[in-house]
Amino acid sequence: MVSTKTTLCGITLDNPVIPASGTYGFGYEFAELYDINILGSLSFKGTTLNPRFGNPTPRIAETACGMLNAVGLQNPGVDKVISHELPKLFEVFKKPVMANVSGFSIDEYTETVRRLDTVEGIGWFEINISCPNVHGGGMSFGTDEKAAAEVTEAVRRVTKKPVIIKLSPNVTDIVKIAKACESAGADGISLINTLLGMKIDIRRRAPLLANKTGGLSGPATKPVAVRMVYQVYEGVKIPIVGMGGIESAEDVIEFMMAGASAVEVGASNLVNPYACRDIINDLPKVMEKYGITKLEDIIGAAHR
Amino acid sequence: MKTGIYTLIQNKKIAENTYEWVLMGDMSSISRPGQFVNIKIDGFYLRRPISVCDCRADRLTLIFKVVGDGTGKMSRMKEGETVDVMTGLGNGYDLSVAGEKPLLIGGGAGVPPMYMAARLLSEKGIKPTVILGFGNESEVFYKEEFEKLGCDVKVTTVDGSCGIKGFVTNAMDGIEYSYFYTCGPEPMLKAVYDKSTTEGQFSFEERMGCGFGACMGCSCKTKYGYKRICRDGPVLLKEEIIW
Repeated sequence: MVSTKTTLCGITLDNPVIPASGTYGFGYEFAELYDINILGSLSFKGTTLNPRFGNPTPRIAETACGMLNAVGLQNPGVDKVISHELPKLFEVFKKPVMANVSGFSIDEYTETVRRLDTVEGIGWFEINISCPNVHGGGMSFGTDEKAAAEVTEAVRRVTKKPVIIKLSPNVTDIVKIAKACESAGADGISLINTLLGMKIDIRRRAPLLANKTGGLSGPATKPVAVRMVYQVYEGVKIPIVGMGGIESAEDVIEFMMAGASAVEVGASNLVNPYACRDIINDLPKVMEKYGITKLEDIIGAAHR
Repeated sequence: MKTGIYTLIQNKKIAENTYEWVLMGDMSSISRPGQFVNIKIDGFYLRRPISVCDCRADRLTLIFKVVGDGTGKMSRMKEGETVDVMTGLGNGYDLSVAGEKPLLIGGGAGVPPMYMAARLLSEKGIKPTVILGFGNESEVFYKEEFEKLGCDVKVTTVDGSCGIKGFVTNAMDGIEYSYFYTCGPEPMLKAVYDKSTTEGQFSFEERMGCGFGACMGCSCKTKYGYKRICRDGPVLLKEEIIW
């Protein structure tokens, strides 16, 4: 019998598989298809203080081995998330969830976290300082060490729950940003958010996305993500949640060997709604194939 | 909604750049005309959403226009090949409010969903009037199929090479109707909205990520709040649309 258990900031997960924020809604659409309690956890749709419609459409473009999105953090706002969405999520999911929070100022981040902090069922905060699709917030916090540290420190003060900072890959040196977050009190790092990209509609002679740029996700991003997880693992002591193009149990193992304690599955959920279930089902036999008895043993194995 | 492997049992070119597929498999999640399916094609990352043209027992008819590489590959697939399809997506048309003399208006790739609506209405003894709009004669399809259901069919073409010259709205003059259902490109839907004299239902098209409500890729604003075209639509009521 192999063990797929892993620990993330003091909370034990049955397995390391967590659907990534923005690709899984609040879980209940997927609960129509399978029992989502098989998941390690779930990172729910990025939540902001105020309701947001997001960007105009088209918001989605296909690319080679992936996709661009510029949704722009559409969500009903923290109060409605607490009153309408989370009760529906907790009806179908009985494990601690990851609360993904975004903002446009430090006060917005802290106020959103403060309101969510009282909700039972939230295990971790995942602070998104890396959304490339909004203006005047999001990624601008994640591309500057000082700003990243300020957000981390401010959020750290308003909750006792583990705080995981979700980093942008759109930087020259991601390790510097990760270290700044660690020093400011982060309990974990998750990476990578999407890579800033663009597609031109050559018939219209204009960017295809209404927002012009979008975030690239899917298997095309995986080598970049694995490299960044590997580098950040060498630079920080806090646990890492790795993500970027994960589609299979082999991909999960690859990210964990690079240094991830858990992983998030994103774009795959949109193409194959059973992606997380399939990965979780495959994990034990793929572990056996590679002689892995305890999944936790391989975290960072590629560094030895 | 369901996902499954379906067998392509017919792939036929029926008009310029237009193909008719018949798939065989479990169709139990398809309950209304105006719903759509989402097809995974080898070599392409995202699925292709295609509206249901008709669905009976274990057979599904789809009609699609070749607009890019993905639909191009679909047009070349061979009978007997299998495809991964998500079925039963979207809300579909509510035919219970059609009244005695419903009007169906389809434009181009918006014609197919009108067929299942027309068939179900005619099986209830209601003969709808159908307006089918195309660019030119070479693009016209399914005129006879609608006529076989007993519908009064009017075809329009932009260049006048078949039927009435102009747009679907040119054919709406003088028709009395109790309610209407429409699907087509957005400028056509807007023109129908402006010309129509009754309530009705509009099916919208948008670039989608997932097709089942998870990604918020296809959201729009309505008088009843934000809606996802893929999940809360693609059919919206006339009264809720904001142009």
